[in-house]
Amino acid sequence: MDLRFGRRDFLKAIGAGAGAAALSSCATIGSGSAGKVVVVGAGYGGATAAKYIRMWSAGAIDVTLVEAGAEFISCPMSNLVLGGSKTLADLTVGYDNLSRRHGIKLARDTATAVDTEKRSVKLAGGTELAYDRLVLSPGVDFMWDRVPGLNNASAQAAILHAWKAGPQTVALRRQLEAMPDGGVFAISIPVAPYRCPPGPYERACQAAWYFKRAKPKSKVLVLDGNPDITSKPALFKKAFAEEYKGFVEYRPNFILVDVDVATRTAKFETQEDVNADVLNVLPPQRAAEVARAAGVVTANDRWCEVDFLTFESIKVKNVHILGDAIQVAPAMPKSGHMANQHAKVCAAAVVAMLTGEPVNPTPVLNNTCYSFITDKEVVHVASVHQYDREKKTVLPVPGSGGLSPAMSAVEGQYAFAWAKNIWADMLA
Amino acid sequence: MRRFPLLLAAFPAMIAMVGVSAQTDSPNLGRNLAATCANCHGTGGVSLTEIESLAGKPKDELVRKLQEFKTDKRPGTVMSQLAKGYTDPQIELIAAWFAAQKPGAK
Repeated sequence: MDLRFGRRDFLKAIGAGAGAAALSSCATIGSGSAGKVVVVGAGYGGATAAKYIRMWSAGAIDVTLVEAGAEFISCPMSNLVLGGSKTLADLTVGYDNLSRRHGIKLARDTATAVDTEKRSVKLAGGTELAYDRLVLSPGVDFMWDRVPGLNNASAQAAILHAWKAGPQTVALRRQLEAMPDGGVFAISIPVAPYRCPPGPYERACQAAWYFKRAKPKSKVLVLDGNPDITSKPALFKKAFAEEYKGFVEYRPNFILVDVDVATRTAKFETQEDVNADVLNVLPPQRAAEVARAAGVVTANDRWCEVDFLTFESIKVKNVHILGDAIQVAPAMPKSGHMANQHAKVCAAAVVAMLTGEPVNPTPVLNNTCYSFITDKEVVHVASVHQYDREKKTVLPVPGSGGLSPAMSAVEGQYAFAWAKNIWADMLA
Repeated sequence: MRRFPLLLAAFPAMIAMVGVSAQTDSPNLGRNLAATCANCHGTGGVSLTEIESLAGKPKDELVRKLQEFKTDKRPGTVMSQLAKGYTDPQIELIAAWFAAQKPGAK
């Protein structure tokens, strides 16, 4: 046996055959000598990227993960908290395994500035982190200037988005609980693209599920900025017409322009005003502020265009962007599952680039998204996206992917299992 | 006549190699492809739930199941739709990578 077993051979051996246990123990003794990576945002994209860069480099790459939140709270499944069948605690997972098992340095802070020349990130607490490669998975910010009446803190405390799981999710649940029977709960949906295309319609189903049992005279009003339901349209229309007959009313082409907070009135581009007992506004979205600070927002002043082989910015070297913040490829949804898939393509590329290996020229990504119609019955949409060398993007594979034929409890079981496994894939 | 059986024996292996080598410009392709399954099947194919663990399963069994999903010979929900998005060489690489993993090594 050749005893000259260099780092690269070691990486190859690990990549080729060793199990997860070996990877984890190696990660904690890794040298960090192959370079420094800073990951901003520990959601579906960032946490996955941090873990996989450590795993696939066998600890040779030093990873610092910057996240302001104390724990991960999942957006997927959070509509079940609004319906009342789950609590926020059911969707909350700690970050401790990332440091303990994988040797990731956790910085509980917010990234405020990026010097892409010097390659360093400045945190609100004053720390500066140098990087060889920066991975931004910052999620979205809301464009409050598009809804002037909500462009202040007190208005935002009264009219909730609950589009980032956490205190707002619980607060919106309380508003639904406090609403008298016979009341109207209205959801305003922005023009696509926005985070989680089927999420608003799942939310309507979950609110209706609650009303059907606890407040049968109440109604859910879906005020969609889009000309039609943007995801799983036939399945949601069937749910609205059958399971929630008399509980859900769907109205397309309701583009929100302002809100009167005092009267909970939504105002629209062309349609009549709508007054609601509980008004839930999902404002238009764009890549979060740190992406702007790094100068990687290149599409419509909203999203970050990336090279889909590496998820590196098309404009700024050594800066990669993942998840909802990117300018998506054709038919690629802004979903948590997809952010996890972005993270793995990016992690493989970052490890390859920092260790002198070739970047994978044929990445594949898939998406599986479950929506809860009731507390147990679920519908899915799935897709597979392969890299197209000529078009330099990833495209859905013709004949692959699709929808559930109908809602089912079996898929409900799979949805809960999906959540448990993907949370572990990111965080365990 | 003596060379003929030898060629026949070597032929399937050659086809397999050609099929795979078209995709192997990258040393970690199997690992990278298999990672696209980990969202649902667990990191390294070790599932924590009723979704099937893939780590350590025989390669032939994994290829057969994936091909059955791909050709609608096995009933499925998402797998019938996802399997159709992967090429046959990709399915071979995914199955080989999971077969080489330690089962339950979480």
